[in-house]
Amino acid sequence: MEKRYFKSIALIAGLFACLFANAQEATSRPEMADAMRANGKIYVVVTVLLIIFIGIVVYLISIDRKATRLQNELNELKK
Amino acid sequence: MQKHWWKVLSVLLIAYSIIAGFLGDVPARDILNESIRNLYFHVSMWFAMITMMTISLVYSIKYLAGYKRPFDNRANLFAEMGLVFSFLGIVTGALWAKFTWGAFWTNDPKLNGTAITILIYLAYFILRGSMDDQDKKARIAAVYNIFAFVLMIVFIGILPRITDSLHPGNGGNPGFNQYDMDSSMRQVFYPAVLGWILFGVWVAGIRYRINTSKERIETWKNDILNQLH
Repeated sequence: MEKRYFKSIALIAGLFACLFANAQEATSRPEMADAMRANGKIYVVVTVLLIIFIGIVVYLISIDRKATRLQNELNELKK
Repeated sequence: MQKHWWKVLSVLLIAYSIIAGFLGDVPARDILNESIRNLYFHVSMWFAMITMMTISLVYSIKYLAGYKRPFDNRANLFAEMGLVFSFLGIVTGALWAKFTWGAFWTNDPKLNGTAITILIYLAYFILRGSMDDQDKKARIAAVYNIFAFVLMIVFIGILPRITDSLHPGNGGNPGFNQYDMDSSMRQVFYPAVLGWILFGVWVAGIRYRINTSKERIETWKNDILNQLH
């Protein structure tokens, strides 16, 4: 159980690492429209979207487990 | 965890499409402007929908081959998931159309085709809901599903290509090169499509487990009631 949580935390951390890797790339390049997007705080929007998406996924995982538990309970009842 | 790697892959791919979809470079096009990024999200819905309907079709054929109930159940739930994707696709498409083509709904053959397709699949669920006999329901639904799939291909795959359409890649050569898409966009678009397909399979699987559990409770309840009488 613990191990599983660790993996999902590592996964989310990895996602954010990707984000910052992208951000650095954008600033090291010659100044173009990308910089405008940085000033336009598009990263905030992307992070918000990711948070919402991850939230939905966490909820989906819990529904997934509940469905499996329900199925297992029925299997035991049958015996 | 080993069993669930594809769920993780789905989440990673969709997350990647959100990050790269907003931060990556896109070709500059008139009218479309930054809304070209909608391709990663709106078009993915349709690709996922068509895949869900194809999986549903396969299960319907499998059901007809041996009349095994679980296949019918899966066909039903994948069609349901496909319908969810199609609703998301049509609503996001309407919004995109408003700001590029000027109206939420145009008489574009692809738009009308998808609307008809959605109605055809809604009829599939009405058909299922209208019958009590489980085996009869499953057989008729499976046959109808094959019919519905063929009509979907005609309405969204063939007719828009024969006539002119506002959608890129229609009215003549439907090749991918006709899209306003370059190779950098493909690197985001295809992972997004795969991510959403896996996501759909995931949700349909959960629905399947809930549905089968519900059916088992239902049969037990009937058994107990029969014993009492």
